[in-house]
Formats: sequence, structure tokens, C-alpha cells
Amino acid sequence: MGSRASTLLRDEEIEEIKKETGFSHSQITRLYSRFTSLDKGENGTLSREDFQRIPELAINPLGDRIINAFFPEGEDQVNFRGFMRTLAHFRPIEDNEKSKNAAVSEPLNSRTNKLMFAFRLYDLDRDDKISRDELLQVLRMMVGVNISDDQLGSIADRTIQEADTNGDNSISFNEFIKVLEKVDVEQKMSIRFLH
Amino acid sequence: MAALWTLSLLLSACLFWPACLALTSPSQPRNLPPSRGFNSSDGSLSVDLPMALRLFSVDYHHVQAPFEIVLWIMLASLAKLGFHWSGRVPAVVPESCLLIMVGLLVGGVIYGVRHSAPPTLSADAFFLFLLPPIVLDAGYFLPGRLFFENLGTILWYAVLGTLWNVLGIGLSLYAVCLLAPGSLGDISLLHCLLFGSLIAAVDPVAVLSVFQEMRVNDQLHILVFGESLLNDAVTVVLYRLFESFLRLPSVSGLDVLLGGCMVLVVGLGGLLVGLFFGLVAALTSRFTSRAQVIAPLFVFLYSYLSYLTSEMLHLSGIMAIVTCAVTMKQYVEANVSERSNTTIQYFLKMWSSVSETLIFIFLGVSTIQDVHMWSWLFVCSTLLLCLVWRATGVLLLTAVVNKLRRNTVTFRDQFIIAYGGLRGAICFSLVFLIEDFPKKRLFITTTIVVILFTVFVQGMTIKPLVELLDVKRKKRALPSVSEEIHSRLIDHLLAGIEDVVGYWGQHYWKDKFEQFNRKYLRRFLIREDHQARSSILRVYQELERREQRGDEEAPPLVDPRPHSRPLLPEEMDSIRRILSRNLENFNKKQTPAYSRHTLHQDATTGRTRKPLHRHQSLAETSTNNTQVATTQFIQSSSLLLAVCWMSASPHVLLDSSAPAPTRRPVDPPPPAAGEEQISLQHQAPVGRTPKKQLSFVLESEKQQ
Repeated sequence: MGSRASTLLRDEEIEEIKKETGFSHSQITRLYSRFTSLDKGENGTLSREDFQRIPELAINPLGDRIINAFFPEGEDQVNFRGFMRTLAHFRPIEDNEKSKNAAVSEPLNSRTNKLMFAFRLYDLDRDDKISRDELLQVLRMMVGVNISDDQLGSIADRTIQEADTNGDNSISFNEFIKVLEKVDVEQKMSIRFLH
Repeated sequence: MAALWTLSLLLSACLFWPACLALTSPSQPRNLPPSRGFNSSDGSLSVDLPMALRLFSVDYHHVQAPFEIVLWIMLASLAKLGFHWSGRVPAVVPESCLLIMVGLLVGGVIYGVRHSAPPTLSADAFFLFLLPPIVLDAGYFLPGRLFFENLGTILWYAVLGTLWNVLGIGLSLYAVCLLAPGSLGDISLLHCLLFGSLIAAVDPVAVLSVFQEMRVNDQLHILVFGESLLNDAVTVVLYRLFESFLRLPSVSGLDVLLGGCMVLVVGLGGLLVGLFFGLVAALTSRFTSRAQVIAPLFVFLYSYLSYLTSEMLHLSGIMAIVTCAVTMKQYVEANVSERSNTTIQYFLKMWSSVSETLIFIFLGVSTIQDVHMWSWLFVCSTLLLCLVWRATGVLLLTAVVNKLRRNTVTFRDQFIIAYGGLRGAICFSLVFLIEDFPKKRLFITTTIVVILFTVFVQGMTIKPLVELLDVKRKKRALPSVSEEIHSRLIDHLLAGIEDVVGYWGQHYWKDKFEQFNRKYLRRFLIREDHQARSSILRVYQELERREQRGDEEAPPLVDPRPHSRPLLPEEMDSIRRILSRNLENFNKKQTPAYSRHTLHQDATTGRTRKPLHRHQSLAETSTNNTQVATTQFIQSSSLLLAVCWMSASPHVLLDSSAPAPTRRPVDPPPPAAGEEQISLQHQAPVGRTPKKQLSFVLESEKQQ
């Protein structure tokens, strides 16, 4: 399985992905074999159904939105490059990267990009604002059926209140960053991809 | 000022009893160790009158053994009471130190009066009676998620760390003995290794008592605590190994290899014994609905039985009892009534508290002995080597394990782990069990010195050091609502991504276990009507259960019409409570950490809060927990006694603890197990009806 995967993926491609995402060679190969195992149609791309076949993802309250995050705007298929690009957000921040100067373009797994990924889970219509309704939707998904709409509404209002500094009753990306400044996002939003 | 008076009063009371004790026993020379748990003395005072006119006679001999035992326990408990009234002292000196000092005082008094050594802690009494309650309590309240998340690291420290310490200390002590052939020449290598094996082990009792008062972050706590629990397997094996080697004429390589395998056998054997008894206990608790009063007894009986069985088979008793407690906890909690749960928890805490107090007092008492053999070189080098080897061990092991962990163990944490390696009563008992040889007294003295040093010096200084190093403490401030919500979002996101990647991390195995648990174990081990059909309802029931026991939030609040005005603190608390209960979360950072002295982490705040009145029928408040527990215990024990001694059946005792079955919510129509999870997302319209019955206090308060 491993050897077949590596022959299908050309070395130049691996190099490009490595440069773009920062993953190592072995990590890319391993993720490629995972990609092909998910790709039941064997056409080199993943569709939404392929993702929905993952059982644990089906019970995840945010499953649908996570799946959506993999697909670029308006498309229904994602190839391996896109797959890796999304996963690159969750690479742990290495110590030597922290000291890179700001002139280099920001890597995909920087804190800001990680937070942007999370922000996009709320902000479906991509207007760069989390409105009260969007927040309510996500809350309802996470909390379940126990709580009445009123209480959920009050929670949503409180959340917006805590973050909103310009009084537009919605959370912009900068406000979102500010709210989470105490949370250790780099570590929370990282997976140790096995070498 | 008042505190000082109280303290002195209590201390004098404490001294009065042992003086009594000492006076009523004749002064016979004692041999150590005594054959029974507490020293026996025989004597009876009686007024010298002819037989017929003996109106008043004191027959001490008749009640001696239980009388003495009760006096010791009373002394321990009064001492403990005294400390909590003595003002600022407990803040500086950990309780274990104070108790040892009381023990020293008492031992001194007895020695002074009787001119012979006071009673010592026999190894049997310690291992069979005093240690199990503490370990059971620790196992029952173990924060499961945190423990299993860090299990690899804990095992790494426990097995490899202990091995490193044992071999290091043993070998270097032998080198020291070689350096001074005059005084220490007759200590062989095996003796040194044996000594190393018993002195190297970190003691759960001592660690718990000190870390208790020091609020370090949960991860650090679980690492040290878990290590101290699990290293029992290694300690037991090595101790027995070296002991049996001492008896053999020669030691071959094969024996050493066998010893290595024994570690596995002992550890896994204990685990299996514990698992077995845990499952049987869970099954038994399923059928206790008609005799709820004795349900708590099963928890204690089965756990103790697992401990005794594994001790009988020379397996690790501590691992057995911890596994038993961890296994049976969720099923027992689901099966038995609310009062029985309360009883179980209170009595676990009570017994473990008494046990720990007794252990420390006896440590103090046993220090006063007839003969101490002292050798500056040996004692000081042991102390030094213990510290050095533990420090290097922790450093090396952490360097390796940090590569594989998500949250690295920081340098400061490592220091606390190394410094928090306290030795306690287990070393003490083990050293008494060594077969007699010329230098045994030296070993005993050294052990006592090491224990006293670690408990006093390390125990007292660890708190200031923690503050100095600014170890990441438990987060005092509650996270804001936004932080909680967004953190949960990120948790779910991460779990999803891990599933996509096929990452065999903790979530994968946890999910697999949960599926197995749901499909087979829960069906088999939990009563029919208690099996919640969906995880949401399980959360709800857990919520209700916790509400009944009382929690640490402010009383529920009034009106949540928020829109523009800032929310009152009570409203904040209510929202926070709703969130922390209802949000499904994987990294449960909200579970109350293990606490020796209290049930739910509030030792000092008042506990008169009303539980949410979910249904109007539920009028109980949470203030009568102790009464409930005591009543139930008295009832259950008298019930058991009655059953044993008479054949009459005391049905009169059975009716008083019936929980209202009506408060169980109506289950929604049970979907098939496979589609259960998928339908959860679409359950919102279906769930409206049960939701009305499950209305929160906010709505009911509005109506009132």
C-alpha cells in the first residue's frame, strides 16, 4: 500500500506540497495513503460523500461544517493539494518557525491562520462577521436539544457582548482574535502528525 | 488566641489517652515487630472484694483490643480536628507533618511512662487495614479522562523511573558501603538492592496529602499521583525478587530474567483481578433495587475482596483495587439510588481520612524506639542519593517522553515531579518485613530518617517553591463564556480533523471503547430502566444527579432578558453552568480534581444551595448529605447484622430510601443503535416534547 501510494505521487509534487505546507516527506506520503483510502471512487479527488463515510465524523456535531471547510468555494471535489492545504492549518508550530521574520509570507499553520479557520466555521456566508444567527446555529449544534431557544439566545447575546467592541452586534475577525488571546490556540489546534 | 487555647486543649486531650493506655498496661519488655496489629497488654483491675460482693469491677482485659483500637482512632480524629481549628498553622505546615509530630509526642509520652518502646505499626495491619481505604478512595475519585490521556507518560515514569531509581540507589549505596568497610562492610550487594527497592518507591499516601493542599495544575497532579499508584507493581516485584534472591545460594541470569517477567505478571495480574471484581460488583449493583440500603456495602466489599485476592496471589493489590474502583464506578453510579451514591462517597472519604491520619500518627509513634543504629555515612548518603537519582531519572525520562506528547512537561513541572517524590509508610512497613540480619536496625533508622526528611523538609518547602517557580496553577478564574464556547468549537474541530486524518490518538481509542461500552457493557451491567437511550439524556441525568449533590455555583438566577444591558453575576453563573454541563466536550477540563477531604472541591464555602427544582416533586435540598449517608450506613450495617445474627428480616429498614422514579425523564422513542448518533443532529424537532419536561430553572423561576 505504501509503495503504490508513493509511485502515484510524483516527487515534484511532494516537493511543492512540502514547500507550501511545511509537512515532511514521510508525513506527506502517509497522508497520501490516507487520502487514497478515503477515495473510494479512485478518481484522485474526494467528494463530500467520501468524508461522510467516516463514522466518527458523522457523530461530530460540527461534522458538516468541517467537511465543508475542505472544499474550496463552490466546488464539490477536493484534490490532494487542497486536502493537504487544509490539513496544514493543524500542523504544530515548530520552535524554529517562531523566530522567522515577518518578511516571509505567513505559513498556513500560524496562529492567525488557525484562528481564521475556526472563524470560518462560524461564518458561513463569508462576510467576515459572525452574526447572531450564525452563532446561534453553531451553538444549537454543539449544545443539543436540552436548552430552550431563549436560553440559547441569552448565551449568544452574552458571547457577542463580550467580544463586540464596535457595537455592530456581530463579531469580526479581529474581535474574535482578541477574545481568544488568552487561549493557547497554537497548542489546542495542533495535531502531532506522526513521523 | 482562641485558636491557641483550643489547640492546647485538644493536644492535652490527646496526651491524656495514651497516658491512660500506658498506665493500664504492665511494663513488659516488647519485642519488635509485634505479632498483632496493636500491642497487647494484659491486666485487669478489680476491686479486691469477695466474689459475692463484687458490685463494681473493671475488666479491662475483656475489652482491651477494641478499646485500644478505638482510642487510637479517636486520638487521630481529634488531632485532625484540632489542626483545622489552629489558625494559621495548617497553611504553613502540611497536615502530615503535624500528625507525625503528634505521633512523636504520643510515642514519647508512652515511652516515658512505660520505659519501653510504644506499639509500632505492624506490617500486616498497615497493608491489610490501613492502606486499602486510601487507595480505594483515590481510585474511585480518579479523574478518569485525564488519567487515561496521560497513561503512557504515567506508566513510563512508574515502571522505568522506579527501575532506574532502585538500581541506581542500590548500586551506589553498595559503592558507599565498600568505601567504609569498617562500619558498613557486612552489607552485601543484595541487601543494598533490597533497601534500594523499598526506599525508591514514591508513596501515594504522602504525595496525596501534600499535593492536596497545593493546587497545581491537573496534569501535573495526575502525573505524580498516577505514578505513585502504579509504581506499586514494580516495587512489590523488586522487593520480593531481591528478598528471594537473598535466600538463594546463588543468583543466575535466568532468575533475573524471570524477575523481569514478574513485573508484567504482577501488574497485569492485579489489573485483571481488579477488572473481574469490578465487573462482578457492577453486575451485583444491578439487582440492588429492592434492597437499596445495602447497596453501598457491595462497593466496599468487592473492592476489598479484590485487594485481598491479589495479595493472596502475590499480585499487586494496589493495582487491583484501583482497577476495581475505576471499572465499577460508572455502572454502580447508574444503578444505585442517589442516597447510596452519597453514602459511598462519604464513607470512602471518611475511611481514607482516618486511615491516613492513623498512618502518620503511627509513623511518629514508631520513631520512638529502643534501639537505633546510626551511621552518618549511610544515612546521609542515602538521602543524597535518593534526591540525585530521582532528579536525574525524571530529567532523562521527560526528555524522551516529551517527544511523544502533545502537551510537553515543562521544566518547572519536572522539578515538581522530582521534588514531590515523597516517601511514606509503605517503605516503613516494608523495611520491617526484611528478615533479620545484623544491620537491619540501620536500615530501619535510615528509612525513618528518609521518610521524616521527605515529609517534613520536602513537604513543607514544596509549596513555597511552587509559588516561587510559578508553576502553572489551576486556573482560578473561570473562562469567559466566549472562551468556553470557542474552545469547545475548537475541540470538536480537532476531533473531526483527527478522524479525517485517521490519527490513532486518544480520541480514536476512546471512541472505540465508548462503542464497546455502549453496546455490550452497559446493556449487561445497568438496570433496564436506567439505561439512557441517548447521550444527551445521559448528560441530563448526570446533571440532575450533580444538582442533587449540590455544586459550587451561586444560586440560580432570575430573568434572562438580556439584550443590551450587562448581565448580573448570577446570570453569568447560570449561563456558565448551563454551558459546562451541556456542551459535549472531549477534554474535560471542568472535572473536579481529586480531593482528599471534600467531595466537590469546596472545603470552606458554605453549602446551602438549592438544587435546581427540575420537577416540583423534588423538594430535597442538598444540606442533609451527611445525615443521609449516616442514616443509610447505620441502617445498612444494622440490616446486615440483623441478617447475620437473626433470621428475622428487618423489612422496616428498607422503605426509607426510595428515590422518586417519577423524576426520570421520559425517554424519546428509542432509535436504532446504529442510527442513533446520526439522528441526534436531526433530533431537534423531535426533542421538543421531552424538552418541555426538562425545563431549566430559568423558566420555572420565571413562573414562580
